[in-house]
Amino acid sequence: MLTTILVLCLLGTAFGLLLGYAAQRFKVEGDPVVNEIDALLPQTQCGQCSYPGCRPYAEAMANEEADINQCPPGGEATINALADLLGREAKPLNPELAANQPDTDIKTVAVIDEQTCIGCTLCIQACPVDAILGASKQMHTVIAQECTGCDLCLPPCPVDCIDMVAIKTDLKTWKTTYPDQTSRQEWQRMAS
Amino acid sequence: MAKDGELIMKFGKLFSFRGGLNLAKYQHEPADTTIGITGIPERLIFPLQQHIGEPAEPVVNVGDKVLKGQLIAQATGPISAPVHASSSGTITAISDYPVPHASGLKASCIELHTDGCDQWIADRKIIGNTYKQLSPIELGEHIHQAGIVGMGGAGFPTNIKLNAGQQNAVDTLIINGAECEPWVSCDDMLMRERPAEIIIGAQIMMHALHARRCIIAIEDNKPAACSSLKNTINSLKPQADSNNNPGTLEIIEVPTIYPTGGEKQLIKILTNKEIANKELPQNSGIICHNVATATAVYRAIFCAEPLISRLITITGDIPHSQNREVLIGTPAGDLIEMGGGQRSALKQIIMGGPMMGIALQSDETPVIKTTFCLIGQTRKSTLVDITNKNILPCIRCGACADVCPAQLLPQQLYWYARARDFKKIKDYSLSDCIECGFCDYVCPSNIPLVQYYRYAKAEIFSLEKEKQKSDIARTRHEFHLSRLQREKEERAARHKQKINKLAARRPAIDSPAIDSPAMDSPEQKKSPPHTAINTAQNNKNIETP
Repeated sequence: MLTTILVLCLLGTAFGLLLGYAAQRFKVEGDPVVNEIDALLPQTQCGQCSYPGCRPYAEAMANEEADINQCPPGGEATINALADLLGREAKPLNPELAANQPDTDIKTVAVIDEQTCIGCTLCIQACPVDAILGASKQMHTVIAQECTGCDLCLPPCPVDCIDMVAIKTDLKTWKTTYPDQTSRQEWQRMAS
Repeated sequence: MAKDGELIMKFGKLFSFRGGLNLAKYQHEPADTTIGITGIPERLIFPLQQHIGEPAEPVVNVGDKVLKGQLIAQATGPISAPVHASSSGTITAISDYPVPHASGLKASCIELHTDGCDQWIADRKIIGNTYKQLSPIELGEHIHQAGIVGMGGAGFPTNIKLNAGQQNAVDTLIINGAECEPWVSCDDMLMRERPAEIIIGAQIMMHALHARRCIIAIEDNKPAACSSLKNTINSLKPQADSNNNPGTLEIIEVPTIYPTGGEKQLIKILTNKEIANKELPQNSGIICHNVATATAVYRAIFCAEPLISRLITITGDIPHSQNREVLIGTPAGDLIEMGGGQRSALKQIIMGGPMMGIALQSDETPVIKTTFCLIGQTRKSTLVDITNKNILPCIRCGACADVCPAQLLPQQLYWYARARDFKKIKDYSLSDCIECGFCDYVCPSNIPLVQYYRYAKAEIFSLEKEKQKSDIARTRHEFHLSRLQREKEERAARHKQKINKLAARRPAIDSPAIDSPAMDSPEQKKSPPHTAINTAQNNKNIETP
């Protein structure tokens, strides 16, 4: 009887120590779920979700403070991926936000009208990815390659010289379309 | 096939690949059995992108007079190829024109109005037999300057594949004469009519690769091509011996099964080696080139002629189907008319073979370096005639899996592509699909399977690109935040330094009664601007009297 209690106590202590050591040794800094969510977000840093950037929104989702349908640039694909990851029900994009972004498939890039630009640097400060180049009283320009199309540079511009331009489809960005029945009917009509 | 002495050293036996079918019943012989020469068209259009890689960059301006063979666009970046004028004339435009692409989009091209003189550039340097003294790199450079790309359809710059011998020991060079798509016969014609060019071209390639042997693979439904090449090897053999050429040249007949002409399928048949997903044949010591590419290499070295013309098959619902030598840049519609077809009667023109070709959006689309066939059609149909039929549900018959030469599971791929489940479709190795169109051909439900695969491939590719872009955006945003933080801290530090400086000056000017510890009082720390104003006022007070 005494031996049993002793053995169990010893085992308990040994495992306790092992667990305690493991907790220290393999400690994970930060919340891994946040990183996983952040990886799914489009990183436009546009703030349309009402959080100041993609990572804060990811943190809010991880803490179950925010819904998964708040990201217009990500659209349906991102919502589905988030629903998969977090085990929640997929739902359509928040209609209030959807109204701002009529078509998530059209990617845009900011273009500065360099004739009108007065070099106020306000857009440079607003750009979340430092994609605008320029200096005070010097003309500014957008590094198109780095622009995420977040629209954040539009409101601060005092002379309204920034436009969001849809990226033109060329041979490199063209994609085969989904072969649905309607397009086939179109072919058949053309063929006949 | 009868053994022909030591020339044709057979492997003992050929191997086979899984899937595929014999489509010989669709093969129709072109009406004319010689190579037709086409005249010089009124205008030529040269797309800047006729190859895989970066598009070329124009080196001529509108209004410039150019001569035949003159460089009009130079290569940019490591994987690219230059473009040459295929006749003499005047550059009339550099702008967007329809190009041979599934999208039907326009892309930038150089337009040339010919003057009919067909005058060659003056300083052409013929290398000829001295190529043996050149290093593979120098030889590769000559081939690159001639703008040669894979002419079997892929359009990969040839010099890169020829210099692959530098990193990998390439043992075998395969010259691909297995033209497997039905209706197409330009490679057959080339082998029949110009065997010497192919063999010398192959010898140049062997020299560049340091390859020990070269296999010319021909489908067994082309006996004329086979015997013509054999005779040429016979006649060239003494010469090869005197030059002490160590490599061996073999001709091997392969069974006529579509798609034998596929690189991986041909390698499997000849060597029984399977090239793994995302592996290159050169890692297994094999390089594969098309017969037409071998001819182009010969012409570049022995005639100093860049890639400005090629043989193509012009066929379909036209009275006079023929293989023709065509200048690169000739509009497709012109060639159909030369074959007796009428532009207005045609519903569509297909560029490429009936299995894998693309329908052109405009008959102004030019022939490019990779074009091997034009099919003019009075009604829209191909071998894979699914456009006129209704799609029925998949009945899981498995016919597609039986014929798939890449050993994939087409119906599984179809389900996942339909459901847009790209993660799953990647697990089923969609990237191995060569889009040969066989699954479409055999599908009893008329499902446009390849369409679905192309869609899924494009989606996966663009998702990967977006992911890369968002990763860059994330690091840039993190840097942006850390920069703002750093600037804020630096500003605070500067501010503090200034206050300290002022505080240090004040006791010196004002009175020694206030000592420095007062600066560290919590109240002052909390409101440094206030302190600064106070200090300024104090200083003013000092100055006024």
